[in-house]
Amino acid sequence: MSATMQSDSISLLESLAQTKFADCYQCGKCTAGCPRSAHMDKTPNQIVRMVQLGEVDAALKTDAIWQCVSCETCTARCPKSVDCAAVIDALRQVSYERGMTSKQQAAVVLFQKAFLDSVRRNGRVNEVEMIAQYKLEGFAAMRRLGFLFEGAMLAPRLQMHHKLHLIGEKVRNRDLVRRIFARCMDGKE
Amino acid sequence: MNLGYYPGCALHGSSDDYQQSLKACFGALDVSLKELDDWICCGATAAHTLNHKLSIALPARNLALAAQQGCEELVAPCSMCSLQLKKAQKAISGDALLAAEMSRIVEAKPDGARVLNLIEALERVGLETIKTAVKAPLKDLKVACYYGCLLTRPPKVAEFDDCEQPESMERIVAALGATPVAWNYKTECCGAGMTMADEDTVLELSQKILADAAAHGAQSVVVACPMCHVNLDMKQSAIEARYGTKFGMTIYYLCDLVGLALGLAPKTLGINRHFAGRIA
Repeated sequence: MSATMQSDSISLLESLAQTKFADCYQCGKCTAGCPRSAHMDKTPNQIVRMVQLGEVDAALKTDAIWQCVSCETCTARCPKSVDCAAVIDALRQVSYERGMTSKQQAAVVLFQKAFLDSVRRNGRVNEVEMIAQYKLEGFAAMRRLGFLFEGAMLAPRLQMHHKLHLIGEKVRNRDLVRRIFARCMDGKE
Repeated sequence: MNLGYYPGCALHGSSDDYQQSLKACFGALDVSLKELDDWICCGATAAHTLNHKLSIALPARNLALAAQQGCEELVAPCSMCSLQLKKAQKAISGDALLAAEMSRIVEAKPDGARVLNLIEALERVGLETIKTAVKAPLKDLKVACYYGCLLTRPPKVAEFDDCEQPESMERIVAALGATPVAWNYKTECCGAGMTMADEDTVLELSQKILADAAAHGAQSVVVACPMCHVNLDMKQSAIEARYGTKFGMTIYYLCDLVGLALGLAPKTLGINRHFAGRIA
């Protein structure tokens, strides 16, 4: 990546995250409090460091950004008010838009996509429709038969507790919902 | 008292036992909840993960609806929804350019209501009012108050309680006659919306929460979020199977306990629809 492209990526990430990467002095408090850091290929403070050093592509490809559960502990505890959770969100967005998401974390990416697609269509999440899309796209991406049936045993228990709603809700003003999505995600007016 | 009500997708979906409990509880407290007409999803984790602008626009549409419908106080019982609404409000109120952009995107001015999470809504009703209304004190109930992540974090957005040592739920639970236990995991994460996409993470994190609650003598855990409830209740048998333990821990929504103390039947509150533990 050229130096100009690199600095463009950094300013894009900073404008999405609304935080200053340079403020981080690498104390590691974010990583100490992160419930997922022990499983991550790069820890939260390492991710911020990579961005500070301009290693944007490498940061965009990490598993870690998709392992983050968005608990906001890092952001809450940062002594320099760096919004670490927002840095990770910004990386996830750019990674998704550039098709650089980690293959290991395909399930997480596809779940978020299925969720948003359902909201785009209905204005609200339709659980059954969302899960169907997630399972089909996940199977197509991972080619693992077991994936299709994981969690399926929960369905009868959900039914027993009257928690399974086959018909989802739709809002009335779905045209506006579609326009909002188009303006935000497709840059259309 | 009249309060606006933003259910969010979970309370109209597989967590509608939470809505059942909320309506019964607030009804007994003489609070009428007026549902925001034609509300849309707040975008949740999916929006803030994949598109920053959308994560502000979706809540902004709901704030605009609240303004149009004359709603001044809006109860959002899901902590993801309440945080996303507060986050959008905060971003818009501090940035005139963003406010103008959002007005254009959602085709209305996203002013709007004061957003309340479940605990704030109960505090709005008033601790004294609740205390006076108690008919069946929950004596002998030792409960771990679990806040999870988004009720208090990030503190600059949530502007609610102490983000490391919150006590607001304990005050309500104590007013009901129950005994809140001191424990370590009240603001740790349960894995939230990763229930389907990353079950291993949810089982690992939620197991630690249940184990710590049990180790400190709690017989039950009380939550104010549908995702916390799904992970600790619906996933409890999977956690027990994975880790070879038996918790048998009842997971209550905060409004379940208020409702029980007000003399409502467990079935009225939908507690019989929970998966784990025993009905009070």
